[in-house]
Amino acid sequence: MRIQYVLQEIGHGLRRNLTMVIAVIVSTAVALTMLGAGLLMLEQTKAMQGYWYGKVEVAVYMCNTNDVGHATNCTSVITAAESAAIYTKLHGTPYVENIIPESQAQAYQHYEQAYGSTALGQTATEQDMEQNFRVKLSDPSKFQVVQDSVGNMVGVASVVDEQQLLQPLFTFIHIAEYSAAGVAAVMLVLAFLLIFNTVRLSAFSRRRETGIMRLVGASNFYIQMPFLLEGAVAGLLGGALASGVLIAIKAFFIDGIVAPHLSSIQFIGWRPFVFIVPLLLVVGIMMSVAASVFTLRKYLRV
Amino acid sequence: MISFENVSKTYPGQERPALRNMSLEIERGEFVFVIGSSGSGKSTFMRLILREERPTTGRVIVAGKDLSRLSNWKLPQHRRLIGTVFQDFRLLPNKTVFQNVAFALEVIGKPKSHLVKVVPEVIDLVGLGGKEDRLPNELSGGEQQRVAVARAFVNRPMVLIADEPTGNLDPETSVGIMKLLDRINRTGTTVVMVTHDQAIVNQMRKRVLELDQGALVRDQARGVYGYVR
Repeated sequence: MRIQYVLQEIGHGLRRNLTMVIAVIVSTAVALTMLGAGLLMLEQTKAMQGYWYGKVEVAVYMCNTNDVGHATNCTSVITAAESAAIYTKLHGTPYVENIIPESQAQAYQHYEQAYGSTALGQTATEQDMEQNFRVKLSDPSKFQVVQDSVGNMVGVASVVDEQQLLQPLFTFIHIAEYSAAGVAAVMLVLAFLLIFNTVRLSAFSRRRETGIMRLVGASNFYIQMPFLLEGAVAGLLGGALASGVLIAIKAFFIDGIVAPHLSSIQFIGWRPFVFIVPLLLVVGIMMSVAASVFTLRKYLRV
Repeated sequence: MISFENVSKTYPGQERPALRNMSLEIERGEFVFVIGSSGSGKSTFMRLILREERPTTGRVIVAGKDLSRLSNWKLPQHRRLIGTVFQDFRLLPNKTVFQNVAFALEVIGKPKSHLVKVVPEVIDLVGLGGKEDRLPNELSGGEQQRVAVARAFVNRPMVLIADEPTGNLDPETSVGIMKLLDRINRTGTTVVMVTHDQAIVNQMRKRVLELDQGALVRDQARGVYGYVR
């Protein structure tokens, strides 16, 4: 009896304010799509950073078989003596805080972690990797000091400022993230106002019923529940719509169009969706219920 | 059953109190008329019993409970003790007679098995047997008020409050409603009825409370409307 009554009330309520409910669902969906997109971009930067990003600033790559004849200082594959000399030189260089040696095997392992699924990652072999030193600086901007110190030593193929390489791209992504967060915030406010209005209309059009319910002693919860569930259903639909849009973007836009053209970039997989989709659904429901509670306190006297 | 102890009520932003220093006692099973001109405090009196308002000073006690100490979440329980009937019936227009009466039980969570037993009984009691499936707009004013009485009474409240229940009805129909309220009163339910209807008050010869400008100016057993002091 009770459940049937409640379901019936939700159905009536949603149909009665159909246009407002659609507005609520769409604005909630846009807000949550932006929220989800922001989170996915965050995941994307993590996917692109690779193993060493943020841990060290500079990589000193040493000659491998491919480099011989190509890089200026590579007359042969790096020897143990050369590498020891480079290590000692690095050790004496100012601003160098820590030096982590990485073998070809380790380099290959980290490379495959970061790029394993791209076209590049699938063709690379361990022999293509360079033995290297990862250098942590006490002042990250002093890349040039390292370059000057070891850049011309025999056995050094290249000295690379890893941060410098990815920084412009990350700046771009971060701007996109902040924009998404901004749009999400504005849309959340909009959705909140729409829910506020919808529930108010709903409460007004049902004031006869709620007035009688109050008089005959129906509990507050019983009176308010249909309104709350109405909001929750709208929020859930908004969350579902947002999830659908994000999944479609990932499937058709990223995997279908962008990824085949940018083979060197590791794009996010499906794994982040496992937590983002439930998150969006929950946020959608919570937001609408919160807005409904707020409105009912104001407009549904009990 | 209902007791007012030095109750005053002043609405916010108003200087003149709506009720001033009212003390009275209504016993279980009594039938009481509340009369007085508009603005004399009748509505406030009823709203205090329903605890739609709290007194500014003094205590209102209904069924042994001090209403100013009643917490909000216990309020629904309190309202289940009281049935209410209004001048304008307040029926749900899209529900049948049966559904209107059953609604009062549904929303306090009574099971369907209980409804199908109790609702027809009460519809018979108010004299609408056979009209269970009619919609309110297919009924006369008197019949609609009978539905409202049935809805107020279906939960067997201890108190029935009627706010000018005959205000929209012709004298003949009013007599029918009064007979019904009298019958309900005889089951042991306390009836408090606000009215302007002199004929009814004079005919029934029940206790009369007269209010004037927020004060209780007359409390007379077996009273009449036009009592001259």
